[in-house]
Amino acid sequence: MSPIAIIALIIGIPSLLLLAYVFVRGSTGLRRYILTRIVLTLPMIFILATMVFFILRILPGDPVSSALGPKGTPEMIQSIRTQLGLNDPLIVQYGRFLWSMVTLRFGNSLVGGHRPIVDEMSERFPATLELIVPASILALLVGVYGGALAAAKRKRALDFSLRIYSVVIYSLPIFWFGLVLQLFFGVRLRWLPISGRIDAVIGTSLKTITNIYSLDALLTGNWPAFFSVLQHLILPTLTLGLILSGVFVRMTRINVIETMQADYIAAARARGIRERVLIYGHALKNAMIPVITLIGLQVAILLAGAVLTETVFSWPGMGSYLVERISARDYTAVQSVITVFAMLVALISLAVDVIYSLVDPRVRY
Amino acid sequence: MTEDILYSIRNLTVEYRTRAGSVQAVDNVSLDIRRGEILGLVGESGCGKSTLGKALMRLHTGPARITNGELWFDGRDLMTLSDREMPDVRGAEIGMVFQDPMTSLNPVQKILDHLTETIHTHEPETSAAAARTRAEELVERLGIRRERLNEYPHQMSGGMRQRVMISLALALRAKLVIADEPTTSLDVIVEAKFLDLLRELQKEFGLTILLITHNIGVVAEVADRVAVMYAARMVEVGDVRDVFADPKHPYTQGLLRSVPNIKLDGGELYKMDGAPPSLLHPPKGCRFHPRCPFAMGICSVEEPSLDAVENDHLASCWLYRDVAVKQEARNG
Ligand SMILES: Nc1ncnc2c1ncn2[C@@H]1O[C@H](COP(=O)(O)OP(=O)(O)OP(=O)(O)O)[C@@H](O)[C@H]1O
Ligand SMILES: [Mg+2]
Repeated sequence: MSPIAIIALIIGIPSLLLLAYVFVRGSTGLRRYILTRIVLTLPMIFILATMVFFILRILPGDPVSSALGPKGTPEMIQSIRTQLGLNDPLIVQYGRFLWSMVTLRFGNSLVGGHRPIVDEMSERFPATLELIVPASILALLVGVYGGALAAAKRKRALDFSLRIYSVVIYSLPIFWFGLVLQLFFGVRLRWLPISGRIDAVIGTSLKTITNIYSLDALLTGNWPAFFSVLQHLILPTLTLGLILSGVFVRMTRINVIETMQADYIAAARARGIRERVLIYGHALKNAMIPVITLIGLQVAILLAGAVLTETVFSWPGMGSYLVERISARDYTAVQSVITVFAMLVALISLAVDVIYSLVDPRVRY
Repeated sequence: MTEDILYSIRNLTVEYRTRAGSVQAVDNVSLDIRRGEILGLVGESGCGKSTLGKALMRLHTGPARITNGELWFDGRDLMTLSDREMPDVRGAEIGMVFQDPMTSLNPVQKILDHLTETIHTHEPETSAAAARTRAEELVERLGIRRERLNEYPHQMSGGMRQRVMISLALALRAKLVIADEPTTSLDVIVEAKFLDLLRELQKEFGLTILLITHNIGVVAEVADRVAVMYAARMVEVGDVRDVFADPKHPYTQGLLRSVPNIKLDGGELYKMDGAPPSLLHPPKGCRFHPRCPFAMGICSVEEPSLDAVENDHLASCWLYRDVAVKQEARNG
């Protein structure tokens, strides 16, 4: 089985289970809501893909001349362009592109060995997944716990520090923050590697199954590889996760403080329930409901952050792939990556909405 | 007679610090709540009833502060307890039922969990099964089917939720229940049922209830005694029958005359002159004197104390003090 198929299963099976659960247990309203969302999402992805298609062709430069460089003669360029179908009428190219999106085959790269995009993504996508999953978990843990802590210590030193943290970290450029971490932990202290996913030598011993290296190392019991992967993960995860945590700190803090004013908190206090429990139990649970919505909204920012983080840390994921192929004017690759990102954003925010409806007993679509 | 007093409030003052200045929403109030009675606390909106009710559990947060007073509950002064000790009293010995049952239950917590959490907070050693059984028996006693314990608050009607609030106040067999306008948001029929329930609970459990309301009719229906507040002060306290048959304080007289009465044969409803004073700048002396039809010279100078006018019927009004006392007050 190819890695991309395994990844598809890893993402697909839980999503399908979630959907199945909703369709069996959920109300008719919820079912209709999900169908509507899916139906509305498809034209959005279509419009986005179309925009990318035309913008790429308006940009100066093209894949063939940037691959050949100055030594390419006009005749060579023309013959390769014809081979790749770039001399076909735009409308024909557009039709071909749409068909490749619908069938999810994405076509072949226009540069290098002209490999199928699917094969290239099956190496790159797992790397991105390996980065964004721990980064999101870190952002949520720091954000939600920090926000609740700030609310509990409202108007005291810890609260002010956390508020400053949330504003500062949110406004830091990822490039700069990643670079600082690299300089400090990588160059100065020499504790952690600053680029790549795994040590080059240890990497040769790793048998890849899913291309999610940490998972592969676990599955094959390759401990040296596993620890090497973890070491390489620390700095990129910190960069992306901490920068995203700022907005969660703010949201959680505000929502917990607001919820603490609610009547049911006063009523619970009148039953002798302690302040700690009121904040971390009652108020936080209610405050999480709007925060969950925020997770859905942050998915796009998460992916954009991943692109930058991957570039800083030479992390061979979808983001650095996208940047490489934009400069090579590899139309097919860029179109495909952006379409996949769009589908991912749509899928995750739909999943978040469904989870929301399961968490909040009052939500009825 | 002191042994049958459950809660003795002495010289209680509660202050809100606001940007406009500090407001005494409860000003030097003394009141006794007797064991096993339903005491109605009435007064116009904003006179400090809720503030007083919350102060009895030291529930104030934010701008409110108890600046003076003693709160003798069942033989000990709650003012001497630390902030860590207070939660043990709340819910276990004194329960509270709030005005709006729609917002007083946690929307993401099942009814059952409200009850078991309260039980476990005060009795951590109770097993989950035992807590559940207790919750079931309690709500069934209050007329809620036990299956409904698995519901969320939004699935219940207002009347049902108010019963849930009562069950929460009773989960630990509290001696005193403070009910702050518990029926204001209910319709008349549900209200009547709820008041019947309060009566039954009082008899069955020997429960003491402080019933805060601005609805004189509710007090007439269920209360044993009534306390009347005006502008942060207590103006009259007595047996419901005595106070209603023969109100002493001119404010109480006006209040009773302004209640719509079915027996009233078409006559104009009495409307008291003036408006309640701002608590930010209360009038000197008796706070009711600017609106009082019987105001005398002393009323605007000196505050009358709350004293017995007849046996067991207290009022704070100069009309019932003899001249000697008035004179003494003026000179002293
Ligand atoms: N949070 C607050 N901040 C400042 N002042 C307050 C606050 N809450 C109440 N007050 C003041 O305390 C006074 C008494 O309020 P309280 O809620 O105790 O009145 P009440 O008798 O319960 O009125 P109602 O019948 O409307 O419930 C109000 O007039 C108001 O001036
Ligand atoms: Mg009130």
